[in-house]
Amino acid sequence: MINPPLLAVDNLRVSFGRGNEVVKGVSFTVEAGRCLAIVGESGSGKSVTARSLVGLAGQGALVQADRLSFEGRDLTALPDREWRRVRGRHIGFVLQDALVSLDQLRPVGREIAEGLQLHGEARSRTERTEHVVRLLERVGVPEPTVKARQLPHELSGGQRQRALIAASLALDPKLLIADEPTTALDVTVQARILDLLAETQARGKALILISHNLAVVSRMADEVIVMRRGEVVECGAADQVFREPRHEYTRRLLNAVPSMHSRGTRLAPASAPRPSLPVQPAAPSYAENPLLQANGLVKRFRRPDGSLHTAVRGVSFSLNTGETLGIVGESGSGKSTVARMVMALETPDEGEVLLNGAPWTALPERQRRKWRRGISIVYQDPLSSFDPRWTVERVIEDSLPKDEAHRRARVTELLELVSLSNAFRIRRPLELSGGQRQRVAIARAIASRPKVIVCDEPVSALDVSIQAQILDLLGDLKHQFGISYLFISHDLGVIHHLSDRVLVMSQGEAVESGDVDDILLRPQCRYTQDLVAAVPRLRFALAA
Amino acid sequence: MSVVTAGVASTADRAGGRRRVRWVASRLLGAITVFWATATFTFCVQALMPGNRAEMIINLASGTFSQPSAAQIAAVNAKYGFNDPLIVQYSHYISGLVSGDFGESYQAHRPVIDIIAEQIWPTIQLTLSALVLAWVMAIVLTLATAGRQGRVSSFVGALQVAIAVSPPYWIGTILLVIFAVKLGLFPVEGNNGLPGLVLPSLALAIPLSGFIGRIIREEFARVLEQPFVMSSRMRGMGDFGVRLRHVLRHAVLPGVTLSGWALGALFSGAAVIETVFARPGIGGLLVSATSVRDIPLVTGIIVVSAGMYIVANLIVDLAYPIIDPRLKAA
Repeated sequence: MINPPLLAVDNLRVSFGRGNEVVKGVSFTVEAGRCLAIVGESGSGKSVTARSLVGLAGQGALVQADRLSFEGRDLTALPDREWRRVRGRHIGFVLQDALVSLDQLRPVGREIAEGLQLHGEARSRTERTEHVVRLLERVGVPEPTVKARQLPHELSGGQRQRALIAASLALDPKLLIADEPTTALDVTVQARILDLLAETQARGKALILISHNLAVVSRMADEVIVMRRGEVVECGAADQVFREPRHEYTRRLLNAVPSMHSRGTRLAPASAPRPSLPVQPAAPSYAENPLLQANGLVKRFRRPDGSLHTAVRGVSFSLNTGETLGIVGESGSGKSTVARMVMALETPDEGEVLLNGAPWTALPERQRRKWRRGISIVYQDPLSSFDPRWTVERVIEDSLPKDEAHRRARVTELLELVSLSNAFRIRRPLELSGGQRQRVAIARAIASRPKVIVCDEPVSALDVSIQAQILDLLGDLKHQFGISYLFISHDLGVIHHLSDRVLVMSQGEAVESGDVDDILLRPQCRYTQDLVAAVPRLRFALAA
Repeated sequence: MSVVTAGVASTADRAGGRRRVRWVASRLLGAITVFWATATFTFCVQALMPGNRAEMIINLASGTFSQPSAAQIAAVNAKYGFNDPLIVQYSHYISGLVSGDFGESYQAHRPVIDIIAEQIWPTIQLTLSALVLAWVMAIVLTLATAGRQGRVSSFVGALQVAIAVSPPYWIGTILLVIFAVKLGLFPVEGNNGLPGLVLPSLALAIPLSGFIGRIIREEFARVLEQPFVMSSRMRGMGDFGVRLRHVLRHAVLPGVTLSGWALGALFSGAAVIETVFARPGIGGLLVSATSVRDIPLVTGIIVVSAGMYIVANLIVDLAYPIIDPRLKAA
């Protein structure tokens, strides 16, 4: 036998309690300098698999494997003391969302030094400090000496993720496991973190990357494992899996990714045939007044320390009937503040929004109320905008106009429109899945037959296949009722899939706007160019 | 490069330092305002009390219940300034407080401040030792059992609820019977150094440890679920290490907030316990002063107790950022 692989896993099974098996026989090997990606949607068991590799599957977990070995050493039935020597020293682990993955009461440097201390490296305090600064420098954190003394919340999201990677690299482990390392980050930051991981890999480390993002995986992985409900549905070399997926689920996942190529097509295979209701002409009409017009919106907020922060600086746009305007930008670009001003939930400090050519934000709220039914909103997380004690029926009924007759019948019709059966009437928000909740939110939004719906990151918290269904649904409703969308997202693929025109925002300013193909394929502005370049793309075109 | 970096850091530190000084000053000012309000309220209550104060003082001094003559009353009124307008009496009262003069006891005819000073030390000893004991018990039980599944953990949780609602005098009596009377391990009563402090402190500490324990226990279980705990485990830290070095610090925060209140509650709880264990202290003093309506002494005790309570809360406020450094930046 030649050298054993760095990590070998054979028939790994994890269950919580009897009969609740969440990982059902996963096998793979990882070699030094290679990247293995585990892809799957929430509940697929990918994170539990990763955590089992360091003996931390969770409280009450029963982990069994025919083989689990690292550098030829058997890890099954390892006592906890021994596991602790493996963790950090031989296998590093990076969790997602570094704000909550770092202890917020301790300086970042101490978190990084913790591993050194635990494994008896770098005994003196100065030695440790030097080591920490070197590590922070290596992962590209600016001013490492200063940052090491700061608390996690004083660092930016990208810097925190780098610090977390530095902490896991502290003892130079041969294998690095990264569980959704870029999920909470903006695309430009994500691109830099992926660069950093690729660099680490190039230095001879093995990498296991856990992600739901197929584009990220296609950029990084040498081998791919696709998981679904605890089972491996497909595995193989990355280019083979992405180019010629053998399993139908993999194909569906790949097809569900919204992008410029998917424009005008359905992302998810149609399930139930949609009810045929009177179809209204939905061609965008540019002749008359724009449906919605924003003129030079400015919004300033007072920071806790009293200074003024200008969140939105002079943003103008118009939305025509039957059109979708995408607003794209990174976190803190002011796009959600724009949405709140369009909904007249926030009063602009300068400029105004016109609805149907008439004043909207300039009106007093009392007069605005009767026009409110013409515009509604769908949020990223509907759970926090539902009263948890209300049933779905009550949530929707509450949004019907007061003069609506046949209210029960109308609720049924709305549920049908969002493809939910009548059985959902009596459910409460907590009893719904994320996708079902978003369907209810959409039913609520269309209850008053609005002309405009503001969608603020409506699919960002959803798995790719659920996201595909919701995007299809939004497209259908647009065709059926001629609804116009103001669609806010940080995801350029989603924007490109759905929008007719796009507005790019950065630091409160509209840096570029125009036809979606013009802007996203031939960006003029430097910021847009960087943004577009940073988006990870599926590296392999799907064979038709 | 390093020079530039140091320059940036020190400017930031200086700005942070100024903010901190301003923050401490505002807390101090707030504490003084609350103290003034309490003192004023106490004054209003005693001024509004029914009955002729001069008559009461004469009766207290003579130990009889007779109708004193008008001349006697006039003399007392003149001595204590009861005939002055209220505003004059109030300004005398406040200026007295500022200079540490709380007036003279009607009964003992000695300065109130001296009487309180003699009695307050045993009470402070009792309160502080009870607070420390309560924290130690709460932390030990939480570290060992919080966030774990199993019978021991749920038993400890239930026990903490039970002791949190038990009155201290009841616990005190039980402790007294078992450890002092039956086993003879500790003295039954009196103020005789450390051994005499053990049972009364425990009587006060046990219910409080139940309270603090319940609060930090829930927070502890919540924090254990946070990803940074997993992060630390992934670096090779053991279960107990994570509990002690990471989770505990987060979990004690709500308990620390509570401690300001707890110190005040202990101060008043001490009155009962001092009676049960026949210890000297401000509690016994308050009881006797109230029963003979020695108004300056009662007022003095109330003002001093309020002062202790305010100081305790001020200390908690100032100590909080040490445990939670995020507040320094805010």
